[in-house]
Amino acid sequence: MIPYDFEYYNPSSVEEAVQLFQTLHHDGKEPMYFSGGTEIITFGRLNMVRAGAVIDIKNIPECRALEFNQESLFIGAANALTTIEERNPFPLLSQTVSEIADRTARNKITVGGNICGTIFYREAVLPFLLTDSLVLVAGHRGLRSVPINEIFQEQLLLESGELLVQMVTNRAYLEQPFVSIKRRRQWDTGYPLITVAALKVGQEIRVAISGLTDFPFRAKQIEGALNRRDLSDEQRIELALHSLDVLILNDTEGSSQYRLFVLKNTLHDVLHELGG
Amino acid sequence: MTFRNADVLLDVLRYQLGLTGAKPGCLNGDCGACTVNIDGAAQKSCLMLAVEAIGKEILTIEGLNAPIQGVFVDQFAFQCGYCTSGFIMNAHSLIETKKNPSDEEITAWLESNICRCTGYMEIEKAVKSVIHLPKGP
Ligand SMILES: Cc1cc2nc3c(=O)[nH]c(=O)nc-3n(C[C@H](O)[C@H](O)[C@H](O)COP(=O)(O)OP(=O)(O)OC[C@H]3O[C@@H](n4cnc5c(N)ncnc54)[C@H](O)[C@@H]3O)c2cc1C
Ligand code: FES
Ligand code: FES
Repeated sequence: MIPYDFEYYNPSSVEEAVQLFQTLHHDGKEPMYFSGGTEIITFGRLNMVRAGAVIDIKNIPECRALEFNQESLFIGAANALTTIEERNPFPLLSQTVSEIADRTARNKITVGGNICGTIFYREAVLPFLLTDSLVLVAGHRGLRSVPINEIFQEQLLLESGELLVQMVTNRAYLEQPFVSIKRRRQWDTGYPLITVAALKVGQEIRVAISGLTDFPFRAKQIEGALNRRDLSDEQRIELALHSLDVLILNDTEGSSQYRLFVLKNTLHDVLHELGG
Repeated sequence: MTFRNADVLLDVLRYQLGLTGAKPGCLNGDCGACTVNIDGAAQKSCLMLAVEAIGKEILTIEGLNAPIQGVFVDQFAFQCGYCTSGFIMNAHSLIETKKNPSDEEITAWLESNICRCTGYMEIEKAVKSVIHLPKGP
C-alpha cells in the first residue's frame, strides 16, 4: 500500500497537462507526470517517491502517437513497451525493450517513463542515443525539439514541469544493421548486468551501454576504438576498454572487474555480428 | 465504492470487493501472482492504480470460466496454488491474443510469473494442451 494519498488527474491534451503541472506546483502539491506509473507505484510503496498529485498522460493523443511522416518516426512517450514490440516500427527499439522486465510488466511500463525514470538501467534510451533522435518536450513556454544526445546527460535534463511528449527518429536509421545484447547475472527477465546496443551506420559502428555505470550512455570513446580498421578485433576491444572514462558499477549484481569482463566478451559479439 | 487515488488495483479487488483470487506476492511487479486482465491484456494489479482501471473491463480469476482452469488440474500444474490464478490469467490472455503462439512466445509470456513450489514443465504442458485443443466453429 502506498502510505500517503495523492490527487489524480487525467488530462486529454499536452497543454492541459503542462498547465495542470504549473497550477499544482504553484499550490505546493508536488505534482509528477504519471505514465506507466510502475516506478511511482513501486517506489511510492517504499516511501522513496512522494507526490501530492499525479498527472496521468496516457490519454493524451500526442503521447500515444506511433506514426511516420516522410522523414521521421514519432513515438509518443506513453506507449507501453509491448505496443512498440508488437507494432515494431523500429526493430532495434523493439529488440532492446523486449528484454526489459517481463512481458506482463511491459504492458504497463512505457517508453517515456523508462527514459525519464531514476533507475540506473533505462535501457529504452539506448536506441534513441544511437540514432541521434530528437525529443519533443512541452513546457509552459511551449514545445521545443532537442537532440537527445544533448538533453540526455546521465538523465533527461528536463526543466521543472516539462513533459516528454515524443521521440522523433529519422527513418534512414531504422533500416541499419543492429544488435542489442543483454547479459544478466542469472535468469531471463529483469535488470541487466550489462546491455549493449549497437548500430552500423555506413561503415561506422555506434555503441550505447546500460548497466556499466549508474546511467545509460552513448559510448563515443568505445566507438572511436572499435572503428579502428587498422587494428585487429582484439586490439580494438582492448583499446575500447582502456578508453572508458566512467566509474564502473561494483555491486551485488557484479563486481567492476566482472562487468568489464562481460563487456569485453559482448564487444566481441558486437564486432562479430556487425562485421567490424 | 470509495477508494484512495493511491490505492493499487490489487488492494481494492481484495479488501474492498472481497475478490481474493489475485494474490499479493512481491507487490513489486516481479512475481505475477496478482495478474488480472484489463481490457484483455494481462496486467499486474500491484502495478496499477485502481483509478487507472475506471471504465475498463477488469477480469479476475473469479469471473473466468475457460478450459485453461481444468487443464491446470488435469496436468498437476500446481502444488500450493498461490501462483496459480496469476499464471492462469496470463495464459488466458495469451490464448485469447495469439491463436497459435510459438514455443518462444509461450515462454516469453510465462516468464512473467514465478512459481516457488511446482515445476514449470507441468505449467507449460497445461498451457500448451489448451492451445492445441480443437477450436470451436
Ligand atoms: C519487475 C520489473 C522489472 C524491471 N526491469 C527493468 C529492466 O530490466 N530494465 C529497465 O530499464 N527497466 C526495468 N524496469 C522498469 C523500471 O524499473 C521502471 O519501473 C519503468 O521504467 C518506469 O516506467 P513507467 O512508464 O512506469 O514510468 P512512471 O512510473 O510513470 O514514471 C517514472 C518517472 O518518470 C517521470 N515521467 C514519466 N513520464 C514522463 C514524461 N513523459 N515526461 C516527464 N517525466 C515523465 C515520472 O514523473 C517519474 O518520475 C522494471 C520494472 C519492473 C516492475
Ligand atoms: S504481487 Fe504483483 S507482481 Fe508480485
Ligand atoms: S504452486 Fe506453489 S507457488 Fe506455484
